[in-house]
Amino acid sequence: MLEGLSEKLGPIFARLAGRGRLGESDVDAVMREVRSALIEADVDLDVVKEFLATVRFQAVGSDVLNSLTPAQSVIKIVNDELVALMGGAQARLKYADAPPTVYMLVGLQGAGKTTHAGKLALHLKTGGRTSLLAAADIYRPAAIEQLQTLGQQLELPVFTLPQAKPLEIAQGAVAQARRLGIPTVIIDTAGRLQIDDALMAELEELKAALNPQETLFVADAMTGQEATRVARVFHDRLGITGVILTKMDGDTRGGAALSIHKVTGAPIKFVGTGEKLAALEPFYPDRLASRILGMGDVLSLIEKSQNLYSDQQAKKLEEKLRKAQFTLDDFLDQLRQMRKLGAMKDVLKMLPGGLSQLAAKAQIDERDLDRTEAIICSMTRRERENPDILNASRRKRIAAGSGTQVADINRLIKQFDQARQMMKSLSSMMGGKRPRLPFPMPSGGGPNLGPFGRR
Amino acid sequence: MGFFTRLRDRLGKAREAFAPLFAFGQSKRPLDEAFWYEFEEILLRADFGVATTEKILANLRIVATQELWTTTDQLMARFRRDVAAFLLVPEEPRAPRSAPEVVLVVGVNGSGKTTSIGKLAQRLRGEGKRVLLVAADTFRAAAAEQLAIWAQRSGAEFVRGREGADPASVVFDGVVAGKARAMDVVLIDTAGRLQNKRNLMEELKKMRRVIERELGRPPDETYLVLDATTGQNAISQARLFHEATALTGLILTKLDSTAKGGVVVGVVDTVEVPIRYVGLGESIEALEPFAPQAFLEALFAQE
Repeated sequence: MLEGLSEKLGPIFARLAGRGRLGESDVDAVMREVRSALIEADVDLDVVKEFLATVRFQAVGSDVLNSLTPAQSVIKIVNDELVALMGGAQARLKYADAPPTVYMLVGLQGAGKTTHAGKLALHLKTGGRTSLLAAADIYRPAAIEQLQTLGQQLELPVFTLPQAKPLEIAQGAVAQARRLGIPTVIIDTAGRLQIDDALMAELEELKAALNPQETLFVADAMTGQEATRVARVFHDRLGITGVILTKMDGDTRGGAALSIHKVTGAPIKFVGTGEKLAALEPFYPDRLASRILGMGDVLSLIEKSQNLYSDQQAKKLEEKLRKAQFTLDDFLDQLRQMRKLGAMKDVLKMLPGGLSQLAAKAQIDERDLDRTEAIICSMTRRERENPDILNASRRKRIAAGSGTQVADINRLIKQFDQARQMMKSLSSMMGGKRPRLPFPMPSGGGPNLGPFGRR
Repeated sequence: MGFFTRLRDRLGKAREAFAPLFAFGQSKRPLDEAFWYEFEEILLRADFGVATTEKILANLRIVATQELWTTTDQLMARFRRDVAAFLLVPEEPRAPRSAPEVVLVVGVNGSGKTTSIGKLAQRLRGEGKRVLLVAADTFRAAAAEQLAIWAQRSGAEFVRGREGADPASVVFDGVVAGKARAMDVVLIDTAGRLQNKRNLMEELKKMRRVIERELGRPPDETYLVLDATTGQNAISQARLFHEATALTGLILTKLDSTAKGGVVVGVVDTVEVPIRYVGLGESIEALEPFAPQAFLEALFAQE
């Protein structure tokens, strides 16, 4: 839906083609687009203004036009600055010298505190640390039951005290953890508005009494310009030490992260990426930067695929590509690898702007992948190695065997041919270097996603 | 306390953001570039988004030129009218329906669906209606318990399914119970879902089909609950939920906390679905029916 920055900058640079350097007015035009991209991504307006000043300084007079892809060089400047702004490497959680370590989760209503108390507990449990969950949200109906249910799922203890104040509950939890030798206490507090003075004072009291190792601000990644104000008040009153950015599995650009980090200076420690308790990931500034700019999470995708696709497999594939021996067996193999990466839609979401939009339009359906797999599995070995022998009667047999239509077979073969062509040219272009994305991109770039597209 | 005063008081935060606009309305400041720039920034800071802001300002510039306006006071009444026009969705008068009226409530996680339903139930109970709350959020831990508490508080009846049950089956039970127990209104709470999750949106469509089959018509209302602190993603939320479930209204929550919420202008413009209620606070009665004109007046009223 949203256009990525690269698509927006494309036409500007096309207009400038052939000229030497970027002049003031050219930079102005570019910066306007950068500004729009950032505002559309919900980055705070003041942060945007400051940011543009920095980038502009670097872009004026730089010889971006001498590079092959001027848009890319400007985007690189913008991207690098964004990454710098979000702070460098990932920040780890702090632990107490003498247990128990106390983590306190704070934030607005509906940000996802209770769920992320559970996620954090699971994350720690995976690393071998047990947590005691403290249910200090006494206001929202059934918040305590929610935490108790999560505790059951995680097989972790949950501390509650009926009719008690949040401070009593939190202190009780810490005392119990000490008594039972549980190394970590995670305190789930009630959501509150930053303007609610009484409730904010309650948190201050909690913080002063418990002296937690981390005060984690749980923030909804979809928050708009309000993010700055909320984060500032929470930080001023509580001294936030880290941020958990939730609901990043949505299609938001997540610019609020930038605003929050800028205001609090606190590192973003985790990102919530799904409804399951295991969906908690470390934060990568570079990935968020490309997401804000609408350039897809190519890095994540590459890393994910690298994890799954062994070097050996890749080398073998590369051999085949260069000799143009890429067979339907390999195609099937890659299809399966790709499915291991995650549901198709998640993978495609990570592709850069244009492609991911295309994918969204094509409405990828897992069932189509099933069908493709069924078709290939219904072929004989000879047919898979040499699709050229697929005459009408073979196609009819395959269609019957896979429960599809002959048209589906035709489409798949056409698709396969295109992929083979593309992989061949890709591999020759790279001078024998291994292609970065070790699977054929669906179709030759046109909107027809072939076997992956829904009819 | 009248509706207007109440609204004005509760809009405390939101009004803050518009104070400069009020000042424009009172002053004879010239319509120069510095003014337009400032104006643009105010709108952007209120989450109007780039596209909507440009649309509003371009239109105002044209009108200002045509009308030969030279100062800001002339412009601001028009601005207010334009925004009201954006928020006003022309509606056909509704045919009377046979009871029960079935209301499906959808939205992303944490937008305030359950709380809004609780408040809505309270409001309807206050009007003497017989209300049934249906807990079709079978995913989130203790979601049904949360709704049960609201049912108890408001004196509404309550139907739930097992945790992990197919939500469509709970919806089915709810509609059947609504008819059998002669309810006036059936409010269905669904699990929060992000709009880009295809399978979860399909699940919503299924719930809708079940209602249509059991009721003989689609749900009478389908409300999308939007958090007013949400930024530009609200547009994507509205568009995709509308595609899946044919929305008939929006509920804008947490408006008391924020000086923003401007994105709803773009939302209403995109999906052409009116705002029905605004949530203005924690208390159970703090859910107000929405009227664009009154709302804007409260927003701009300084005293």
